[in-house]
This record gives sequence, structure tokens and C-alpha cells, in this order.
Amino acid sequence: MDFQEKLVQNLVSKYGRDRENLLPILQGVIDQERYLSEEVILKIAKEMSIPAAHVYGTASFYSFLDIEPRGKYVIRVCKTITCAMKGKNQIILAIEDFLKIKVGETTIDKKFTILQTNCLGWCHKAPAMLINDEVYTELTTESVVDILREYKAKE
Amino acid sequence: MTTTAAKKQLHRIDLIFKHEDDCKEILRNAFSRSDQEIVNEMVNSGLKGRGGAGFPTGLKWKLAAESDEKEKYVICNADEGEPGTFKDREILSRVPHKVLSGMAVCAKIIGAQKGYIYLRGEYKFLVPDLNKELGKFHDILDDLGLDFRVEIFLGSGAYICGEESALIESMEGKRGEPRNKPPFPSVRGFKGKPTVVNNVETLAHSYTILKFGAKKFRDLGVKDSRGSKVFSVSGDTPIPGIYELELGMTVQDFVDDFSDGDCKAVQVGGASGFLVPRKRFGKTTIGYEGKLTGISLPTGGSMMIFNSSRSMYNVLNNYLEFFEEESCGQCTPCRVGCQQLLKGIRAVKRGEKPASYLDQLLKLTETMKLTAKCGLGQSVANSFSSIVENFREEMIY
Ligand SMILES: Cc1cc2nc3c(=O)[nH]c(=O)nc-3n(C[C@H](O)[C@H](O)[C@H](O)COP(=O)(O)O)c2cc1C
Ligand code: SF4
Ligand code: FES
Repeated sequence: MDFQEKLVQNLVSKYGRDRENLLPILQGVIDQERYLSEEVILKIAKEMSIPAAHVYGTASFYSFLDIEPRGKYVIRVCKTITCAMKGKNQIILAIEDFLKIKVGETTIDKKFTILQTNCLGWCHKAPAMLINDEVYTELTTESVVDILREYKAKE
Repeated sequence: MTTTAAKKQLHRIDLIFKHEDDCKEILRNAFSRSDQEIVNEMVNSGLKGRGGAGFPTGLKWKLAAESDEKEKYVICNADEGEPGTFKDREILSRVPHKVLSGMAVCAKIIGAQKGYIYLRGEYKFLVPDLNKELGKFHDILDDLGLDFRVEIFLGSGAYICGEESALIESMEGKRGEPRNKPPFPSVRGFKGKPTVVNNVETLAHSYTILKFGAKKFRDLGVKDSRGSKVFSVSGDTPIPGIYELELGMTVQDFVDDFSDGDCKAVQVGGASGFLVPRKRFGKTTIGYEGKLTGISLPTGGSMMIFNSSRSMYNVLNNYLEFFEEESCGQCTPCRVGCQQLLKGIRAVKRGEKPASYLDQLLKLTETMKLTAKCGLGQSVANSFSSIVENFREEMIY
């Protein structure tokens, strides 16, 4: 059995086969693989005995349930009003410059993806971003590069 | 021009965040009273939902209690996605036991065995601490003999899932598309069973009411807007943050306290709320009186301050991008309406459409208000009309 099949089986046995457990199961795959591939969607559908179209329909609705390949570290910079006012454009430029990719792209080594997202609930400490589940606030063009350097050094 | 020297401070309230560890006593006391008595206490307090819509909390609990169904649910709405709102995160991280106590008392009254905290995915980092808190809390419930368990359900990045029926769809493993109402969740909610959905802050206030009584809560605020409210203050202010204030203040009072003197407009209630221009500061109060008239503004507590350097065109453009992305796409007025509004203001700005086109767009928002299926599509008109009507020249030049 391959890794993915095992992951799906573990998640389904942890949460259960009922439809209302679909979101936690999809989230569990994202935690491991950062995106939901077609194969994984088919495996979940089979394992839970629900149509693949329903799994896909749910997955494609949520912005954190990516259905395109993503890097190991998904950077989501807030682009909503307060962060926009407090310089998120410069933050994005600094990230793009450091990683040598544009918003929406993934580095060749599949380590980083840059995305934008809506209000993260840290407007009083804008600009803010997420790297996977980790929050970073009061970003400056310098601090964001320091943070990324640390991630780069990680496995 | 307001001078900083004449700064007046609003009355800061310290009820929600006050450290209290007597939750077991509060619950023991509440469970010893009759359900009717507690419902009356909640109704008398005048507490209205703090998630934005302002529905009377006591009444909501009463409606769910009246149903004969055996299976019922209590859901704490911690999806907090309205731009400029961050108070629920703070409440859940600093005083989670107050929120849980509110849920338990509601469960006891309506007869629910199961509760959920629908936590937005952006706040996933709160999960370990919340789970610890849940463990302690369940022990207290066991001691007191209440059969009730709370679980965390994580969202996955969709603003619309804050709308209570979309939230329930999402919990059922589906796309977060709002349902037709009625029936309201208190009649048919999670898995088709009666469900009380309350905002994090609403539940925390119910703890205060149980502890100090309805009167203490009622004494704060003004007619129809009782109690205190936690405000999320951001934008052009030297003191951004989270503040518990009495309801009923004017926007002018607020600006005198929170702005550095350079304040052109305040957005009350986030992107789905209203923009209040300086000339209306004195005439606009923050509360739940009457309807959404622009005279008294209900709010989930988002207060965003804009100084004179801010372009109101950019602000509106940003809101419309937000709505266009976050619209669930289920109904045409909202899906197409948001796209057309965004395209429309850009075309006017570029001179491709005459200024009078703005009036057509205003009509479109009126149509959306009447025909959109849920609060998202219905409330786009709020910020759109309050910005376009007050800052028309900034939309054109
Ligand atoms: C588009 C939209 C988003 C909403 N987002 C939230 C939210 O994030 N948190 C919340 O408590 N209520 C939100 N609401 C309001 C809920 O539908 C519901 O009224 C509220 O959770 C009820 O709790 P309350 O009575 O304690 O305020 C939203 C409503 C709409 C239309
Ligand atoms: S108004 Fe917008 S968000 Fe609400 S149901 Fe219609 S399309 Fe979805
Ligand atoms: S606007 Fe960026 S965190 Fe709220």
C-alpha cells in the first residue's frame, strides 16, 4: 500500500466515514501533502463511499484546501484593507525578490508557494501573513526576509 | 479639526477579559436555578448577538428550548472573518472558560448534549490550548453532572462560513453555501436538528450576566443597546487593539479617543458595514437601535480608521475584491453583482464610463439588497453606497 493510501485510510478510520467528517479528512491530507491531488480525492471518495464529484465539490470551495500542487511551505500574505494600507505590497515584493518567484507560483525545489489571502484577524498588527499554520505579524521588508531565511535553512 | 490636546477618553469596561476562575461556582449556581429563570435573566439583560446581526440571545435560547426534539446542538461561531475584526480570537485565547460556560448553560437550557466551536482555519494555532481548556472544562461538567461535550471544528478559509447556515453546511462536510431561511437553525440546524449558533463574545457575555445578574449588564449602554461590546480598532490610529467599551457612543466620541486628529472617515462593522464620513461623526451612534439606517449602526465591533491620505476609491476597490472572492457564487445577484460592481468602479476611474454610471451601480446594489440570498450579497450595498455617496469625486478623478 502506498503512503497516500495509508494516509487516507488512517484519516478515515480516525474521523469516520460519515459525510460530516469530510472536512477534517481533507484537512488531514493538506497537513501532509499541502494539496489535494486527483488521486487522493478518488481515494477518499472510495474509502468514504461518496461520489468523487462531491468530494471535489467540497474541496474546491475552500481556499485552504488547495487542489493545485503547492510547496512545502505555503505563504499566505493578507491583502485585505488594513494590511493593504500598512504596506503589504512591499512585503510581497520583498518575498518575491527573495524567493525569485511571483505570487501564485511555487519554487522549483517545491519548498515555497506565495499566495495572498483575506483578512487574517491581525489587522491591529498589520501587515500579517501565514506560513502554513504559523502567524507572522507587524512585518517589515527586513523581518519577512529573516523569517524566510529560517524556513530556507529548515529541511 | 479635533485637536489631540482635547482628547476625551471613553469609558473602558473590564468585564469580558477580567480574570475569573470561579466558573465551576457560576455553573453550579446556574444549574441549580430553573431553566425558565435563566432564560428570563438572559432576556432581561437585553443581550443581543455580538456576531453582527444583533438578535436577542435570550429569545434564541428560548426558541430552541421549546422544541421537543431529543437531539440538539450548541455551536460557538468563531469563524471571525469580517475585515477588521479580531476580538473573538482574543476572547478565546484569554478567557475560553467563559465562552465554554456560556455554551454549557445554553446546552442545559435547550437540552443539548453536544457542542462545537467552529474555529476559522486561520486560528488553528489556538487548537492545542483550547483542547487543554476543554479537558479541564469537561471534568467540571462531570463533577456537576451535566452530560455535555464540546469539540473543535476547524474551518478552511471561507468567510461565508461565518454565516450560520453556511457554517452548518460546512460542518456537514459540504460547500459552505447558505441555506434559505426560514427555517432558522434554532428550528432546523446541524443534521436537521435544533441548533443555537452564537458568537464567541455573546457566549462570554452570558457568563458575565450569570455572574453579576442581568441588572449590572443592563445598566451599561443605552436603550435597545445594552451592555458592553468588544471593539477591534485598526487602521490609522496610534493605539490599534482590542477595547471593551460601553454601547451607545457616537463615532465622534470614538474618534476623539482613538484617532490622532487626522481622521477622514471610519468604517463601522467591517467591509459589510458602513463608512461614516467626518461630517456624520457626531450624528452616528454605535448600537443596535432600529434598522440599518446609517444613524445608529449595529456592528460586530470592527472599527477601521482612515486618515486624509487614504483614497476611498482604493478602499472600496479592496472591499469589492474581498466580496467578489468570498461570495459563495450560489445566487446570481451576488455572484454577478460583485463582479459588475468591481468592473464598474474601475471603468469609471479609467474614464471608460461616465460618472453617471455610478448611479446605475448604486441601483444594482439596491437590487442585490433585495434579491441576494444571504447577508453577504445583501450587505454589499452598505459600504458601496456609503462610500460612493460621500466620496463620489474620489471615485471619478
Ligand atoms: C457573510 C456573513 C458572515 C458572518 N460571519 C460571522 C462570523 O464570522 N462570526 C459570527 O459570530 N457571526 C457571523 N455572522 C452572523 C451569523 O450568521 C450569526 O448571525 C451569528 O453567528 C449569530 O450569533 P449571535 O446572535 O451571538 O451574534 C455572519 C453573517 C454573514 C451574513
Ligand atoms: S448572497 Fe452571495 S454569499 Fe450569499 S448565498 Fe448568494 S452568492 Fe452566496
Ligand atoms: S486586514 Fe490583514 S489581518 Fe486584517
